[in-house]
Amino acid sequence: MDGLMTEAMIRADSLSKRYGAVEALKEASFVVNRGEIVGFLGPNGAGKTTTMKILTGYISPTSGRAEVAGHDVETDSVEARRAIGYLPEHTPLYTEMLVSEYLEYVAEMRGYKGAEAKKRIKKVVEETDLGAKLGAEIRALSKGYRQRVGLAQALVHEPPILILDEPLSGLDPNQAAGVRDLIRALGRERTVILSTHNLAEVQVTCQRVLIIAGGRLVADDTPEGLTASRGRPRLLVTMKREPSFDASAFEARLRALSAVENVRAIGLDDPGEIAFELTSASGADARAEVFHAAVESRGVLLGLERRGGDLEDVFRSLTTEASKERAS
Amino acid sequence: MSLVLTLAKRQFRSYFNGPTAYIVLGLVLFVLGFLFWETFFLYDRASVREMFNYLRAILVVATPALTMNLIAEEKRTGTIELLLTMPVTDVQVLAGKFLGVLGLFGVLVLLTLPYPIAVSTLGPLDWGPVFSGYLGLFLQGAAMLAIGLMASTVSENQIVAFFVALVLTAFFATIGMLVPLLPASLGHVFEYMSFGYHFEGLARGVVDLRAVVYFTSLTTIAGLLSLYVLESRRFR
Ligand SMILES: Nc1ncnc2c1ncn2[C@@H]1O[C@H](COP(=O)(O)OP(=O)(O)OP(=O)(O)O)[C@@H](O)[C@H]1O
Ligand SMILES: [Mg+2]
Repeated sequence: MDGLMTEAMIRADSLSKRYGAVEALKEASFVVNRGEIVGFLGPNGAGKTTTMKILTGYISPTSGRAEVAGHDVETDSVEARRAIGYLPEHTPLYTEMLVSEYLEYVAEMRGYKGAEAKKRIKKVVEETDLGAKLGAEIRALSKGYRQRVGLAQALVHEPPILILDEPLSGLDPNQAAGVRDLIRALGRERTVILSTHNLAEVQVTCQRVLIIAGGRLVADDTPEGLTASRGRPRLLVTMKREPSFDASAFEARLRALSAVENVRAIGLDDPGEIAFELTSASGADARAEVFHAAVESRGVLLGLERRGGDLEDVFRSLTTEASKERAS
Repeated sequence: MSLVLTLAKRQFRSYFNGPTAYIVLGLVLFVLGFLFWETFFLYDRASVREMFNYLRAILVVATPALTMNLIAEEKRTGTIELLLTMPVTDVQVLAGKFLGVLGLFGVLVLLTLPYPIAVSTLGPLDWGPVFSGYLGLFLQGAAMLAIGLMASTVSENQIVAFFVALVLTAFFATIGMLVPLLPASLGHVFEYMSFGYHFEGLARGVVDLRAVVYFTSLTTIAGLLSLYVLESRRFR
């Protein structure tokens, strides 16, 4: 990687935020580099929106500091905001305005006039595919189109950094796919941090994941890194269902294997087959043992498939660990 | 500066995107016309002094109606977050909002010009007090709008913002009436705080610097309090 690629565009340094008695954010530190698309995950009330509001200069942290494009968000707030395109949660817009009017207003607020403003608006309208809706009142738009207007306003000044708070929430699968493609395309040149509750989304869109729980950052890794290190590898064992095959005895045998931690029988659509999902201790490979167990039970082994743990496992384990810690 | 104007323009236009401008301006002019012509021939004087007094009384209700949505509505809908994360300072945002509503108020003031013009055709009108009266009207209007802006910053409920502004402007508009009931020392303070005391001289054609200072100070103080409240969001 060359120097440009690892340039830090967002730097949060032990950010904490207290709302009265609520500690919404506790000493969160992270860095987002140029050209990265980072997914910000966490259960409801974890502190994602709070972090984004601090980065965009809407609220101040109680302690800690943050830099955006080299500008301190507190002392050099206006400069920092010039570098940011922000889509707040719930996409607040002036609903009484026409889409075109609104984008003209945003362009003007970003300092563009006349032909330059027109050019910028034209570009974002193409990017967000809003051409057909320019003459519509914002209040009359569907949620997906509002979301696009929200994205368009964040893009008018071609910011190097995009901060998107749940950009895909409430979209139907087609619109979500459209917006996801847009974000991926944008992420080629820009730095994007987006919060979401959609884990599958993160796996396809983001190069890195930050997981926050109870205001604390509990993970900072690539999706693959997270599933490899924290996810429990699983083994899917498919057996042929025959009169001579005693499924419950086989299950007991699997349970007894040294590399296996847990076994769960899964019904399959095909009545002629039966499957078991095994979780094993991290790193252990139970495949050989399973094969021998099948032979000893005189069963026909139809499938033996190794699956990595998925992000959902990781998310669950990390965020419930954090809440247990808080409770104790 | 140009950002302030952009904001002012959006605010000004937004009044005409809905019914607000038409209703408020229409009602003010209707009530004013009714009150003015009803008594005009009774006084049998070529003067618009009564117009100013009626208008100043009507504005106690009308200005809160114009200012109630300024910040409160943006807070309620969440657009305030986008607004305040644009590359503008909080001061610029408040200045833009204020100028936008002041512009609408300016339109209202212009729409009352037919009164002195009509009166001047009916008899000899002394234009001096008319001009200074308009200056006073504008200064008092600005102070009332700034108070309304502050009320709108405090709440995210427009109705609350309306009543807070109404109570405050009514306070400054009526406090002068209490003067005869009070001991002289306190009476002086109350008198000095009232709109009427400072408007009086201007209505007579005397441009007293103290009156200008009074109205602009009130406007500034309300503006600074608005700024304080708006910025306090950062630390809550
Ligand atoms: N203005 C506020 N006043 C008081 N508490 C607040 C305020 N805003 C957020 N909180 C609290 O701070 C915590 C973090 O909230 P935040 O909105 O950052 O969570 P989030 O991760 O964005 O959640 P979600 O996924 O539901 O959007 C929550 O406990 C929330 O109740
Ligand atoms: Mg949130």
